Amino acid sequence: MRNSSKGMLAIIASAALFVLTGCGGSGSSSAKLDADADLASQKLTVSIWAAYSPEDLPSKFEEKFGTKVTITNHATNEEVMAKLTAGGDSGIDVAFVSGQFAQALAQQGLIENLDKSFIPNSANLVPEVANLTYDLGNKYSMPYAWGTTGICYRADLMKGNEPTSWNDLLMPKPQFKGKVTMLATERWLMLPAQKALGFSANTQDESEMNQVKDLLIKAKANLLAYDDTTFYERLVSGEAVMVEAWDGWCNYGIAKNKNIKFMVPKEGSDLWADTMVVLKSSKNKEAAHAFINYILDKDVHSWVVDNILYKVPNSAAMEKSLPALAADFPNMTISPSELLKGEGLVDLGKAAPLYTRIATEVTAK
Amino acid sequence: MLKSQGRDLISNRARMARLIYLAPGLTYIAIFMIIPLGILIFYTFFTRGTYGGVDFIFTLENYRRALDWLYLSVLLESILIAATTTILAFLIGFPVAYAITKLPSNWQNIMLVLIVLPFWSNFLIRTYAWIVLLNTQGFLNQGLINLGVLDQPLSLLYNPGAIVLGLLYAYIPLMILPIYSALVRIDPSLTESAINLGATTTQAFRQITLPLALPGVLVGSIFVFVPSIGNFIVPELLGGGKTVMVGNLIRDQFLKARDWPFGSVLALSMVFMLLMLFILQARVNRRVGSNG
Repeated sequence: MRNSSKGMLAIIASAALFVLTGCGGSGSSSAKLDADADLASQKLTVSIWAAYSPEDLPSKFEEKFGTKVTITNHATNEEVMAKLTAGGDSGIDVAFVSGQFAQALAQQGLIENLDKSFIPNSANLVPEVANLTYDLGNKYSMPYAWGTTGICYRADLMKGNEPTSWNDLLMPKPQFKGKVTMLATERWLMLPAQKALGFSANTQDESEMNQVKDLLIKAKANLLAYDDTTFYERLVSGEAVMVEAWDGWCNYGIAKNKNIKFMVPKEGSDLWADTMVVLKSSKNKEAAHAFINYILDKDVHSWVVDNILYKVPNSAAMEKSLPALAADFPNMTISPSELLKGEGLVDLGKAAPLYTRIATEVTAK
Repeated sequence: MLKSQGRDLISNRARMARLIYLAPGLTYIAIFMIIPLGILIFYTFFTRGTYGGVDFIFTLENYRRALDWLYLSVLLESILIAATTTILAFLIGFPVAYAITKLPSNWQNIMLVLIVLPFWSNFLIRTYAWIVLLNTQGFLNQGLINLGVLDQPLSLLYNPGAIVLGLLYAYIPLMILPIYSALVRIDPSLTESAINLGATTTQAFRQITLPLALPGVLVGSIFVFVPSIGNFIVPELLGGGKTVMVGNLIRDQFLKARDWPFGSVLALSMVFMLLMLFILQARVNRRVGSNG
């Protein structure tokens, strides 16, 4: 007995040691890239949301540069963050994460400052991207797609009562009660109430967040469900008439039913961006930069516009793809300067548990 | 003297063999269970790192926070949902298992295969299928409206009842199978002699079949209760995200709040609770064993 408990202690102690050493060491230096590096001898592992890049991307890239590319998928920002922050080398070279998560990775010293001379296609980007608040000047991230959040609704079922304000979603008219969904992911769960109350989408003020909580609890009584993935299907089937939605996802509904419309409420909304970052732990940084540069090529980047129906901050790619889509999907024409009126989401840092607690209080009520 | 030495030698060898047979399993458990659990316990005493991970500043605050009514109420609701699921699984599963034992043996096998058949398709897809069936524009509601039974669709989804339904559907085979295997082992001559000695069939069932099936019922109950209480997919999909269960809570602490220490406390309390459950099951089992 004594022996076995001693053995247990040894195991726990060695586990603790393992954790301590695993989490050590993170400096902040910029990448020194070798312009003559042999890309064919490098291998890339890229983590991205499923179906968010062309299927033939790895083979096309390998054809051109000889670099073998492995794509791994993550379902959410949180999932890839857990991998990247778990300590040690995640084996991932390039990760696709939303802007505020890129910011959190940079704060932890986990991602590399990008060397723009290795990303000449960054010239395709619209100048407005330098003002994205999570990474002013795009030091450590390159934007992949961007957009805003609003209300996606069935114009035919809401005739004469079309939404104009976040309050129309939070406190729907009696005939629409139980036919409304809101996004479940914390930041977007809070957004409608934050904006309806005139607060910042990044507020860290506890009394403001308590008002947000009270409003969200009231709104919950009118909801069909919290839904991050199938809300546009619910509009198509008529199960819901009005949903909180990301612009691009509303387009999937519009593609199936022309009566579906997207609008940004008068109180304003957010500006979200999905970005590409290079991990500091990567041993294939030249190939990683070449990969990001390849994505920003207008013919590659326009795939996102054509297939995902997201806006990209790439003027060359938008010019190429927009004419065919503008009539069917009006929100694709929201200009960069209009998008920048939305409040950029930044990382919450120490206030993250406050948001999680309030989300739990609202959803557990 | 010599004799006892010989016996020692044999028992030493037997012990050695036992250790060798157990080695793969024990190694597996040590690497994937004991060490992670050690890390988990270790984390509970430190402070949340702002961007995930832990800052090595000692604190007991995480344990204090776990006693907050908000989290206790989530735990109670989860226990309620998992317990309801388990009781319903027993009420439906026991008669099914009992009926199967009364079938000819080739039919028994077919029935058992049919019971595990749902496991051949993906759990997520089966859960989404319930949404397709039960939503207000779904087959059931629209079918009943077309038949004139209803004029307004029923709200069948996005409430705790829908969560219980989803969990029950997912885990009921785990109740039926252990009960079946307990029932099928009962020697039929036991009930026959009881009846010959004047017991009614109900008495024979209550005093012989039911107690002998109890270990199977307990195993089945644990098999249903444990995954039910930890499930976070069903509350999200069939519960419409409007009910939080412990599984959701723990996941959110790790992934959303990036609060690993607090998430560890919650996860640890779940492990502790389930451990208590297993001990209870072992106790009851032993008592049943000694009575029989």
